[in-house]
Amino acid sequence: MTAVKTDAPPGREQSRPGRPGWWTARRRDHLAGFLFTAPQLAGTLLFVLLPLGLMFWYSFHDWNVLAGGFTWTGGENYERLAQDPALPGVLGATAAFSVGLVALNLSLALVLAILLNQRLAGTIVFRTIFFSPVAVTLVAWTIVWRFLLQDDGGVNGLLSVFGAEGPNWLRGETTAMVSVVVVQVLKNVGLNMVLFLAALQGVPKELYEASTIDGAGAWTRFRRITMPMISPTILLTSIITVVGSLQVFAQIDVLTSGGPGTSTTVLVYYLYQNAFQFHDFGYGATLSVLLFAIVLVLTVIQWQMRRKWVVHED
Amino acid sequence: MKHGRQLLAAAAAAPLVLAACGGGGDDGPVTLRMTTWSASEDHLAMLNEIADAYIADHPDVEAIEFDPLPFEGYTSTLTTQIAGDNAPDLAWILENSAPDFVSSGALVPLSETLSGTEGYEYDDLIPAATELWREGDELYAYPFSTSPFGVFVNNDLLAEAGQPTAAELIANGEWTWERVIEAGAAVHAATGTDGLVIRDFDYSGWDNLSTLWTGWGAQAWSADGADCGFDDPEMTEALTFMHDAVFEQEAMPGPGTTADFFAGEAAMTVTQISRAGLLAEAEFGWDLVPLPAGPAGEYSVIGQGGLGVLTVAPHPEEAADFLAYMTNPENSVKLAQYFPPPRESQLTAEVLGQANPLLTPEQLQAVVIDRIDSGVVKPSHTGQAQLDQAVRAALDPLWTADADVAGVLAELCTAIDPLLTQ
Repeated sequence: MTAVKTDAPPGREQSRPGRPGWWTARRRDHLAGFLFTAPQLAGTLLFVLLPLGLMFWYSFHDWNVLAGGFTWTGGENYERLAQDPALPGVLGATAAFSVGLVALNLSLALVLAILLNQRLAGTIVFRTIFFSPVAVTLVAWTIVWRFLLQDDGGVNGLLSVFGAEGPNWLRGETTAMVSVVVVQVLKNVGLNMVLFLAALQGVPKELYEASTIDGAGAWTRFRRITMPMISPTILLTSIITVVGSLQVFAQIDVLTSGGPGTSTTVLVYYLYQNAFQFHDFGYGATLSVLLFAIVLVLTVIQWQMRRKWVVHED
Repeated sequence: MKHGRQLLAAAAAAPLVLAACGGGGDDGPVTLRMTTWSASEDHLAMLNEIADAYIADHPDVEAIEFDPLPFEGYTSTLTTQIAGDNAPDLAWILENSAPDFVSSGALVPLSETLSGTEGYEYDDLIPAATELWREGDELYAYPFSTSPFGVFVNNDLLAEAGQPTAAELIANGEWTWERVIEAGAAVHAATGTDGLVIRDFDYSGWDNLSTLWTGWGAQAWSADGADCGFDDPEMTEALTFMHDAVFEQEAMPGPGTTADFFAGEAAMTVTQISRAGLLAEAEFGWDLVPLPAGPAGEYSVIGQGGLGVLTVAPHPEEAADFLAYMTNPENSVKLAQYFPPPRESQLTAEVLGQANPLLTPEQLQAVVIDRIDSGVVKPSHTGQAQLDQAVRAALDPLWTADADVAGVLAELCTAIDPLLTQ
């Protein structure tokens, strides 16, 4: 019995009797693998894990950039977080944005995917139309919408053609939040739509044929076959949409700057204000920790709940 | 052979991520870096000309780089550079950040360097212009731009609405806010274009409204910065007047509407004289006049930009020396081409006129020279960024047609009182 397993031809091993036995082809493969992944690994260490660690470190400090002060304050920033009078409003705005975005994005993406999955003329054109905003630069897209949503902008101009008088979209607390959500949904719905479309096209036709023979109607087929079969994609899209919704920044910055009042000041924007406008990087880092915790908890919850409703995950 | 190629390729790829950070010695000539918020080719050409002349006489400095940052978010970008250990040597500083920069120790004291520089004429600096940039007697930044606000007027639009020109109103002693809004409303009614725009306000940059409320004797907070002034009767009266001008008389564009005076979209705009360059190709007749009088009489508001050396600069001594050279009397005249200087001896129509060929000596005299000494600087306070955000958020409810002005302003003070006393 030999403990060394080698993929190399026996003849080669025999031709190098002085070579150490541990330098096997398997180890060479491992080393090659590590070296190939090293750039990505180094990038992750340098640009993800290191900043993450520093974020926790900074959150225990008072770091005033202008004054040049960087002093250990223990849990002071966390105490401040617990007592921050602005935080409930910020978390409320964050929740409103996330819930609105996830609900509208996923439902619209699914409806569009179902419609565009029909064998009708022109579906390729519509698929392109709905997907194209995904490829547009986010800030450019948002700036155009800022003009469209002005009081005298294109949206209200269109409404006036039909005799309706639109609100001042970005100046009302509710309409501003609705506007930010809709602009973001229109930007990214195409991505989820394509994922749903791929999932829908992967559902075996035999299942529909069998259920039709059994007398199932369209709604029953959708509920009993389509939804379970595409549930892994629903899980995927919901996770990336929830995480993405919590990271919204540019849209808020360009469209509303967190206003009117603080109605669209979501957590990332509040974090940005504290760190980069108020020069309080310590508290900004503490808010980042909170954001990290929220994203982590929501993702873990979604991941754990998949067993209850995602096919093949039990 | 296969494994050998794999290893070779991987080994070749790995160093790509091991980009070493370069670190040069500081023994040789240094390179200075200065951040600005202007990317104007003319401005940069002038700055480079001054820098080249300095470098020619100073072998210890081999290069001076001017690094324009976007005006929007300028201070945030600057502080991020500082936080990232990438601080410039010198920086333009916005007036609303002045108290934070001056009081925090972020800037190198300049008085000794400037007054000790031969031929600098330190005493020529106007105290009113340097006040914001001093702590006690110590000067922390040089106010390279001290520019009063004025009103640019589109005489063609006024004439189209049957209104007298600004010059005629001034001659008749009618250049008041009330009359200006009346004329603006008439223009809006007659032509559909907007009457008067307070530039850069845009229902967000509220500190620009000091160009209006100072006419009522109002102020954002007391001189010592401790007491909120938004709920004072003068402020309530001033902002009620403005609210009425926007929503009742429609003399000013409402929130969410943009109008650019320089594109002919408004009859009048309140801004600084440095914007005159935008009128080089204007196809309408225009004038520049002082701010209208308010119930409290005539007044002036000044916008400033400071130039300082950062304490954490890589080369603070060389930077301070360059600052002294850049702002000496000779170079100050060059800077005056674009930025009204804080030097008393240079505040003449002749010096300013070379810079602003579009403006007449009379306009410069009336708007700049006569007003700079008595001007009130736009509101600024320690912790300005937080105050800025808090006031903007609290003022938002004011910009609806049915707003309770006094109620909004009272709540505003409740919101910012803790920040004022911090």
